[in-house]
Amino acid sequence: MSFVFWIIAAITLGGALTAVVLKNTVHCALALTAAFLGLALLFLGLDAQFAGFAEILVYVGAVAILVVFAILLTRGSETPKGSVYSRYSVVGLIAAAAVFAVLGWAVLQSAHSFPNEQAVPSATAQQIGIALVGRYVLPLEILALLLTIATIGAVIVALHEKEETNG
Amino acid sequence: MIEQLAAAPYPQSLSCCASYATRILWLVPVAPMFAAGVIALLKQPKRKTSATLAIGSLAFSLIVSILAFSHVVAGWLSGTLVRETVNFAWLHFGTTSVELGWVLDPLAAVMLVMVTFVGLLIFIYSVGYMAHDENYTRFFCFLSLFAGAMLGVVIANSLLLLFMCWELVGLTSYLLIGFWYQKPAAAAAAKKAFLTTRVGDVFFLLGIVWLFAQTGTLLFYNNGAGSIEHGALAALLAQPAALGLTAATAIGLLIFAGAAGKSGQFPLHVWLPDAMEGPTPVSALIHAATMVAAGVYLIARVYPLMAAGSLTGGTSTALIVITWVGAFTAVFAALIAVAQNDIKRILAYSTVSQLGYMMAGLGMGGVAVGMFHLITHAFFKALLFMGAGSVIHGCHEEQDIRKMGGLKADMPLTFITYATGMLALCGFPLFFSGFWSKDGILEAAHGWSISHAPFYMLGFGALLTAFYMTRQVSYVFLGVWRGHKAAHESPAVMVLPLLILAFFAVVLGVLGTPAWPWFHGFLEGHAAPFDLHALFEPGLLLLMLTSSVIVLLGLGLGLRVYGGKSPKSTEPDTLEKAVPWLWAILRDRFYIDELYAATIVAFYGWWGRVADFIDRRILGGAVNLVTGLTTLVARFNRFLDAQFVNGGFDKTCEELATSGGLLARVQSGRVQGYLRILALAVVALAAILVWSSRP
Amino acid sequence: MTPLTAHLLVAALLFAIGLAGALTRRNAILVLIGIELMLNAANLNFIAFWRYSPHPEALTGMMFAIFSIAVAAAEAAVGLGLVIAIHRHLHSTDLDHMNRMKG
Repeated sequence: MSFVFWIIAAITLGGALTAVVLKNTVHCALALTAAFLGLALLFLGLDAQFAGFAEILVYVGAVAILVVFAILLTRGSETPKGSVYSRYSVVGLIAAAAVFAVLGWAVLQSAHSFPNEQAVPSATAQQIGIALVGRYVLPLEILALLLTIATIGAVIVALHEKEETNG
Repeated sequence: MIEQLAAAPYPQSLSCCASYATRILWLVPVAPMFAAGVIALLKQPKRKTSATLAIGSLAFSLIVSILAFSHVVAGWLSGTLVRETVNFAWLHFGTTSVELGWVLDPLAAVMLVMVTFVGLLIFIYSVGYMAHDENYTRFFCFLSLFAGAMLGVVIANSLLLLFMCWELVGLTSYLLIGFWYQKPAAAAAAKKAFLTTRVGDVFFLLGIVWLFAQTGTLLFYNNGAGSIEHGALAALLAQPAALGLTAATAIGLLIFAGAAGKSGQFPLHVWLPDAMEGPTPVSALIHAATMVAAGVYLIARVYPLMAAGSLTGGTSTALIVITWVGAFTAVFAALIAVAQNDIKRILAYSTVSQLGYMMAGLGMGGVAVGMFHLITHAFFKALLFMGAGSVIHGCHEEQDIRKMGGLKADMPLTFITYATGMLALCGFPLFFSGFWSKDGILEAAHGWSISHAPFYMLGFGALLTAFYMTRQVSYVFLGVWRGHKAAHESPAVMVLPLLILAFFAVVLGVLGTPAWPWFHGFLEGHAAPFDLHALFEPGLLLLMLTSSVIVLLGLGLGLRVYGGKSPKSTEPDTLEKAVPWLWAILRDRFYIDELYAATIVAFYGWWGRVADFIDRRILGGAVNLVTGLTTLVARFNRFLDAQFVNGGFDKTCEELATSGGLLARVQSGRVQGYLRILALAVVALAAILVWSSRP
Repeated sequence: MTPLTAHLLVAALLFAIGLAGALTRRNAILVLIGIELMLNAANLNFIAFWRYSPHPEALTGMMFAIFSIAVAAAEAAVGLGLVIAIHRHLHSTDLDHMNRMKG
């Protein structure tokens, strides 16, 4: 594996780790953004240009900002007093460690049977577009519906209930 | 034997269908009972109303009785023996039933007229005698009830109905003897009478039950199916009982035991003299004329049963027993009467003695002989008692004959009537009814095939009767007055019945002379021709002469010993001076009462204490033990229940609640917790999958 | 190790970190951050397999990842909207205090 890969992987993992560890929630959100960027670079490294740019557009451009907005709206900017970890967090750590252990074991165990094509695939925007309205038209429509509902739903859920004024 | 029965007293020419007289016969006992009921329900004691009701109802019964009697006489005149019954079923159980009913036949008719007539006279007498008593109303209520019950006994066609009225008669006797219940002697006498007759009644009831078991019916006459008619008697004779007796004899003896109690035969005679504690009208009615006669009437009623089963001597075992008991009682009581000093007590023992005569007459001579003496005795004994009452009333409630004397001058009417009655009782020849009736008995005794001893006993009894009655009359009416205040004659309302009864004491004799044996013929349903020459039949004439001699001898002896002399009450009696030891035994009534007190009464007292001990300590103790155990078990159960059942249940519920609470903590509501567990579960699953897919 | 294996391991580690964050932090937004990380780890898995698969012209992995990104975005919007709504009521985003659905 190339050296670049490991740098990008380090950025990603470091960002992720920072995101879950820091006390200040805004700092966590910023670290998250770094993690997203790292991921996008990884996608680009895997010749999935569309996915990489989609990652930047959506995640870095929308989700991260959404998270920041949410933090600010919920007064998460202050550093909380007391612990940021919940009461039974050890169990969670153990669970996460166990998950990594199992996944890693699974990967390493079946590594010999993985495919390993070296040819660079082409995934142009045109190909993706044709696939979207061709083969994957149904998921596309469903996704459209889902996004509509999610948008409306999010607005309704977060809407400030005003007092009814007679009028 | 059955043929003998068929030919004997009650021939087949019966008229069985009930005439008008029989159908209204039930009014005779019901009218006085109804009057008693009305008097009992009066709110306040009303003297005139109660007396009128009582006398009126009994007068009504007298009228109906005369009607019935005339119907029977009409039948007799036309040659048939009237025996009409009205029977009805009372209790049904299963296929059998117990029937009650009433009967009208010569025996019942004669008895009805006697009871109602004598009763009516005594009721009228009581108006005067009880005039100063506070409980006048109660007296007439009880008297009416008694009259109704006695009339019920007379007309009963069912042994059960007879027994019910018999018991009612006993109850009213108790109520009337103990009428002045504030006096302890009266209360004790009433109790004694009830208990002594009770002893007889137990045997009577046994006899009734046995008869019902054997024959299936308690009716006397039921168109051939009655318990004393041919079919039943044949069955009873064929059935052997214990001790070599047949069922007929055994039942007859049991019924006689009941009659002996009521009629004061030895050994159940002890209550009759004590019953003199009651008012004199009561003594006259109940203990002279009617109730004590009920026993004799009962024997006359069931005579076919008594006479069934003759032995070789031509008479049955039951009748032999009756004769001996009667004869013995006659002499026994007469002996005791000689040494008594209470005017009523002498008459009481005289009654016992005469009842013995009646029983002996029934046993030896048959129904007519015994019943004739019963009828005549009723009249003159009632007369004597009422006369004694008049004397007591006139001597200001004095009853000791040693404190009387010379009343011939002060109470002439009483003296004349009393003397008439006394002579009738003694059997003074020819003009007095007692002579003819007693002679009938003596004639039967003379001709008795079993033994001549009763004849001599009854003759001796007649001698004694004359003797003690003369003693009584000379002490009371002759000699000089030994009392405190002067005596006076009784009012007309008391004297008039005396006169009427005195008349009948003389005249009734006419109905039973051998010259015209009307009574005999009437009862047995055959003609009674008037034949003066029958009087002069040699055997009969000798007998009449003998009895006359006995009576005159007795009278003479009495006058010799007591006539005209009037010893002071503090001095001993003339006879007592002569044979003090004999006098003491006679005066103390042969110590029978003392014997009973020492044996039976003492035994019952002891038994009562034993029973009380058993009841309270043993049975009561057992009950208490059970109670205690049950309480213990209950307490233990409660403990178990509270601790284990309740407690266990409660604890289980607590455990459930606690565990529920514990389990509920799983639903913490915290999403992160759920996620943790989810993550662990997924890890586990994945591990399993990976492990299972190792190459 | 092949590139694919390396990518997969990175994805696995990223997933574990995301899970740890989701399970241990108190703040609800941090949980959502962890969830986003997990989703991204899965995306990385898909893209990696697509790249080294024998038939990448089918674009299966790529399409899955694109759809996943879209859905994740929608889900992040709704989730954060929910957190804001809850914050309005409880005045805190502490998950330990959100136990009104407890049994």
